[in-house]
Parts: sequence; C-alpha cells; structure tokens
Amino acid sequence: MSIDRPDVCRVLVPSGALGSGCPEAAFQRGLSLRPDALAVDAGSTDSGPHYLGAGISKMTRKATKRDLRQLMLGRAALGVPLIVGSCGTSGTDSGVDWMADICAEIAREEGLTVKVALIYSEQSADRLAQHLAAGAVTPLPPAAELTIETIAACDHIVALMGYEPLAAAIREGADIVLAGRTTDTAVIAAVPVMRGFPPAAAWHAAKISECGGLCTTHTRQGGVMLFIDADGFEVEPLHAENSCTPFTVSAHMLYENSDPFTLKEPGVKLDVEGAEYAAVDARRVRVTGSRFEATPYTMKLEGSGGVGYRTMVFSAIADRKVLKAFDAWLEGLKARLHAGVTGVLGYAAGDYDLQFRAYGRDALKPSGAPGLDQVPSEVGLMTLVRAKTQAEATEIAKFCNPTLLHFPLNPEDPMPSFAFPFSPAEVELGRFYEFKLNHVVAIDDPLALCRTEWLELQPGGQDGAA
Amino acid sequence: MARLEDVARYVRSKTAGPFWVTIDVFCDDDASFSRVVRAPGLTPAAVARLYGVSADSVKLFPDPTLRVLKVSFPRPVIQGSAADADSHAGQYFVRLLDALVAPD
Repeated sequence: MSIDRPDVCRVLVPSGALGSGCPEAAFQRGLSLRPDALAVDAGSTDSGPHYLGAGISKMTRKATKRDLRQLMLGRAALGVPLIVGSCGTSGTDSGVDWMADICAEIAREEGLTVKVALIYSEQSADRLAQHLAAGAVTPLPPAAELTIETIAACDHIVALMGYEPLAAAIREGADIVLAGRTTDTAVIAAVPVMRGFPPAAAWHAAKISECGGLCTTHTRQGGVMLFIDADGFEVEPLHAENSCTPFTVSAHMLYENSDPFTLKEPGVKLDVEGAEYAAVDARRVRVTGSRFEATPYTMKLEGSGGVGYRTMVFSAIADRKVLKAFDAWLEGLKARLHAGVTGVLGYAAGDYDLQFRAYGRDALKPSGAPGLDQVPSEVGLMTLVRAKTQAEATEIAKFCNPTLLHFPLNPEDPMPSFAFPFSPAEVELGRFYEFKLNHVVAIDDPLALCRTEWLELQPGGQDGAA
Repeated sequence: MARLEDVARYVRSKTAGPFWVTIDVFCDDDASFSRVVRAPGLTPAAVARLYGVSADSVKLFPDPTLRVLKVSFPRPVIQGSAADADSHAGQYFVRLLDALVAPD
C-alpha cells in the first residue's frame, strides 16, 4: 500500500492496449500520484482470428517497445509491480516470449535489474481433450458442445487467466509480470484483490479502466488512475486537462459488453446494476454499490485454426445499365466463373470457395436480413477466392480476372471493361483463420492451466554487454 | 410512426467478443428514451427479423439512468469467418435506424 494511505490501493492504467501510447506528461503525472501497481492489457480478440491463429502481434514491435520502456522506467522509479496481460495480442506462448525479448532489450539498454515472471496460458490439444473427456468443458451460447475434431482444428488454443497466477508471481517477488492470455480486468484487479481490497470495487474499477482513456471526456489523452478503498473506488484521468464524469464512467460499461450489468470473470460474478456514480469534482468520479459473488472457477477458452488460403480481386462498376440489372449480371458472372473453375481448371466444387461482395450496394448487409432496393452510382465488387493452398487460390483468381474485367450484361454487347484498381489485379491474403471455440473449462485450481517461468535481468547479465 | 434515427441521439454497434454483437441506442431525454424502450420496431421479434437471428436470442437492456437501450444478439456471421464483411460489427446498427418508434 502507499506509505501515506494504506487504506487506498492505487493502480495506474496507461492505455487500453500496450502499444497505443500514453502521452509522457500524463504518465508522469500518474507516477506522481504514487500508484501501487502499473497494469496494462496487451491483447484481445477484437481484431479477429488471424492473430491467435498465426500467433503474431497486431501491434508493431516499435510501438510496443516504446510503451513498455515507459512503463519499465516508471515502475523502476517507484519500485512497484508492472503487469502486462495477453502479451503479443493473442497471449500465445510465442506472444509471451516476444514480449520477454523486448523486455530484456529494454532492461539491457536502460541498465535495469528486474525479476520477470513469464506466465503461459496456451493449452495443448491433448490436455484440453482430457478436460473434455472428464466433462469439464461447457459451451457458451451460441456455441455447440466441443468435439475432439474442433480441438484438433485449432492452431492455437489459450485459456483466459484470472488474477490468481499474476498474484502468485508477485508474491514470489516478480517486479514485472508478462502474462499470456488473461482477462482484461484480471491484469488490473490483481494487486488490489491480492492485498485484501473489496473484490467488487476492484473488479468494477478494472472493468471501467481496461480501455484506458475511453471512460474519459478526451479519449486520446492517455489512461486513468484508480483509487480502490473499503467502500468503492475513484477514477480520474492521468492527464491534468482530461476528465472523468459520472456519464463517461458509467457509459463505459456499455462498450463491447453484451450485458452492461452482469460481468463474468474466472471465479467471479460482478453485478453493477445498482452501482452509483458521483462526481467528486470536475474530473474525478466515485463509484459505490457494485456487488460481487464468488462462483465456481472456470476459464474461458479461445481457439483459432487455419482453413485454407485466400486471394482477392477488386473490380469497380459505374455503368448504370449494369448497376440497374446488377443481380442478373452478377448471377451470369458467377455461373460463367464456376463453369470455368470446374471445367477448365478442373477443381471439384468442394475444393474451392468463391465469394462476392458488392460494396456500395449490399456488402454490409448482415446475412439472412431482408434486402434493400438501391441503384448506387458505383459498386466495388470484391471477389474472394478460398482454396487449400495459396497457389490454388491465386490460380483461380487469375482465371477469374478476364471475366471480372469484361463480362457483358448481354452476350451480344461490344465487349465492355470494368475498373481494376491496380496491377496485378489479384492480391494474396495468406492463410485464412477462423475462431473455433467459445467454451469454458471448469477447474479446481486457478493455476492448473498455466506455467510460470522466471527471467532475472541485470546489467552485464549472461545475454551480453549492457 | 417515427424512425429510430429521428428519435435517438446516437446509435452504435460493436462486437462483444467474436460471437455477439451489441448495439447501444443513446437518447437525449426521458421522453425519447421511453418511446425507444416501447418501440414496436425494437422488440426482440422485430430485431430478430431485421438481423436474421432467433427472437429468443435477442437481449434488451434498458438503462434509465444513462437513457440508453442496449440490444445484444449472437452475430449472424461470426467475426472473421469467410462471409464476414464487418469484422468489428461496427456498421450493423445502420439497419436498426429504420426501426419504427411510436409518435410523440
């Protein structure tokens, strides 16, 4: 606890995602408020299945290193723990190792001595199959029951850690915790909860602050500082000229949550429906009335697997005659292409997939919904080819190109040409991944599905000169 | 009948995890919030028809303090799947703007 206020636990959250940056002035002001911990989330599923499937980071190494350096220097000055969750965006083992590498580089460059805990939460297919066989895996709506086949189809599977593995590492002396996939809130709630502060206030504060400055009036001016006490918590922005208001704080519970009142975390159910948000002053809000209930411990699973490769062609149409008869034109085009892909290239119907999206017309129409009548002034037709290999997807795309360029509304029309934006017309999109899991696994021990390794970094250490 | 676009102050949508979409309808005052909550175009059945999902999967959360109606339902197209043209479900809300709201 802070030396001056042991009844308050302070957590500095610099941003909603490591790599997105926190203005230095805001960060320094935050440090001057004497936080007991620095905590930031480094990942999410928000950007789709590719990052988990391929095990790569969405954020650049440069931006990640800049933010991590800022945090490492800050924590060293105050001597408080730094926790980074969901390293490398998807929180795979490779993501943790990637972050550890960056951390070691910074320690070397800045002459820092730090004890780093690396906590991995990636799951092997075999281990998960055992849990499945033991009846410990439950689907979350709208998923179906998990099968062995689905597990095998995943390239990477991670389990979302709660606060317990992070707390265990801090108790064992970690200065820095670099964790694999963790819930956004556990990263922030870990220190207050482990130090005995009321879990309702700690988890609610974590939920409000997990997106950094999104609960403030000026969302691009850095993150926030949390003050958790025995009766609730307070939140203010790091930046002196930014504000939290009762509206910005309470409205943040809406963001990205299907249910704004009830939140599930490992072993936790948080009910904020009765919470009250009051302005302490023009830029600080006090929150009370959150309720916590302990629940049987489950960890959510995320899994992503590759399903072929894609190549894309984009062509644009402004010809009004075609646009007025677009559906018929497109049906004819599709029929011609399928006939050629099977008849000329020799692909079986099940060995490739051709998808068409008409931007400017109905590309954004959710499937199953009734259509709209529109004759737009132009349409961008995206043709997406999927096949087992990149070479096959591109072969099919190349075959489609002449037809996409020249297919007439009527066979007897003098040959038209549509608008290709660049040359070559086909663009390879790489391996195509899909999310496969929306399940939870029940466990008795919150640490059962993670492993912790240690990295002792010091100037002139075994990895070479400082 | 009025349209949601003319009654609500602001409407947005976002994925809530890869499998769900959540739409927030912000209202300026208690009167418009009340109309929105009672809107015939915003019942679970009406929302389900608009988005091609089952009515019993649609969840509504009126928040009178914030004057926000939250509408959540499973994504008809999972994030990042082959047919997904809106990875963050950011534009899903547009269809809801035509939803019928009773007159003042």
